[in-house]
Amino acid sequence: MGGDLMSAQAPTPMVSLAGVCKAYGSNPPVLQQIDLTIAKGEFVSLIGPSGCGKSTVLKLISGLTHTTSGTLQVDGMTPVNARETISYIFQDATLLPWRTVTSNVGLGLELERLSREARQKKVHTLLELVGLTHVARAYPRQLSGGMKMRVSVARALATTPRLLLMDEPFGALDEMTRDRLNEELLRLRAEQNWTAVFVTHSVAEAVFLSTRIVVLAPSPGRIAQEITIDLPFPRTAVTRESTQFESYVTHVSRALRGVHSA
Amino acid sequence: MKKYAVTLLNALAVFVGLLLVWQGLGVVLHLPPYMLPSPLAVGRAVVARFPSLVASLAITSEEAAGGLVASIVIGVLIALLFAQSRWIRRMLYPYTILLQTVPIVAVAPLILMWVGPGTLSVTLVAFIICLAPIIANTTQGLISVEPNLIHLFLMHNASRLQILTRLRLPHAVPSLFVGIRIAAGISVIGAITGELFAGSSRVGEGGLGYSILYASAQLQTDYLFALVLAATVLGFAFFFLVMFLEWYFLHNWHESARTMTDE
Repeated sequence: MGGDLMSAQAPTPMVSLAGVCKAYGSNPPVLQQIDLTIAKGEFVSLIGPSGCGKSTVLKLISGLTHTTSGTLQVDGMTPVNARETISYIFQDATLLPWRTVTSNVGLGLELERLSREARQKKVHTLLELVGLTHVARAYPRQLSGGMKMRVSVARALATTPRLLLMDEPFGALDEMTRDRLNEELLRLRAEQNWTAVFVTHSVAEAVFLSTRIVVLAPSPGRIAQEITIDLPFPRTAVTRESTQFESYVTHVSRALRGVHSA
Repeated sequence: MKKYAVTLLNALAVFVGLLLVWQGLGVVLHLPPYMLPSPLAVGRAVVARFPSLVASLAITSEEAAGGLVASIVIGVLIALLFAQSRWIRRMLYPYTILLQTVPIVAVAPLILMWVGPGTLSVTLVAFIICLAPIIANTTQGLISVEPNLIHLFLMHNASRLQILTRLRLPHAVPSLFVGIRIAAGISVIGAITGELFAGSSRVGEGGLGYSILYASAQLQTDYLFALVLAATVLGFAFFFLVMFLEWYFLHNWHESARTMTDE
């Protein structure tokens, strides 16, 4: 009875994984016994060596692949049913090369059968928000890597998601561009208030963006450590110069090293 | 621009040189005109028999174009079927290869026997020879979509039809054009091959293939050369038409078409 009362009062977490295992066929499991609860408004980064199943966690949450055992819920629903609330940003920009920037940003809205007028209005607002109005009619091949990724982010945000899944979205970019896009991402988050699960290889990026970092260990993928990042928002370029930031980076790096040598 | 002019001049110089060698060869070796007519004689034949040359050219281009267009329509439909499942591909793909490997020269008489001589059977020969490259390339384009793009569509609850019309089909257009480029070249060969067997079904004139047979039987070698020239021109015309269409549809976004624009 007490338990019922608790669950009635506690807000539904955005994502909850309980005892989740994932194996492909008869191969050894990719993920084992993952327990992870992500509250609404959190920005959680998954970090760990290659082969620790970071990307698989995102695939599971998005419902693109299914758990072998354990329970997984997104906003209290099955991942597939929750898809309308989720947007996925992939490692590469995954733009349609035959569509202009405007038309790419509007893709999700178009697939969800929003009317043309409503679509145009929304796309325009988003292009302004991410600073892409000047290339609205350009084709992806005319854009730099950073710009392409910006379009990809705009497309993901166009459907007003409440959960954003990002799989190393800025991994292929140079550091300066990456830093700038990180800052913009936090600005957008402050305005739009979504929850984020972010996969990265970069410790500095994870510390800068996250409210919490989950360090994963490989073979089989499992949670090794969770580190809460208590840096104040808004975070800007100056944040990276603070000693607090530095000590978090050291802390996470150490945790990662422990996982590697294990 | 200067580079193009130089290339053009070089090509022109080679062409003039070849003509001179050709003209000289006849004189030096004392070849009779029915063995090797001089370029001048060929030129005279072109002028003298221009109307019938153009008439033959028109018939052949009609048949080749008809076969090509039909192969694009039917080929894309078959590719759409092939793209539906790996099982369908496994079952039916061997027949596509069969279509490609069976020599058209051997099949053409059969088709003429079944369909009867005439424009329809010649168009059919051109159609058959064009079909395989269209099917193979379009299928490849339809199924080689990046998995993450499919995932993106799935994340927006896209239907199978939406994935087909908004992702697979546009993605396949460059590959389709690779197929059309190959098919355009061989459609002319197919039409002429068909005509070699079909004879003249129209009163007065036949296509290039028929006229080639006729001219060689009559030892009108100068006109035979003129016909070969016409067939080459037709092949070139098809090729450039397809190149233009490819550029028109793809220059905004695809690499293959960009090489044609000055950048």
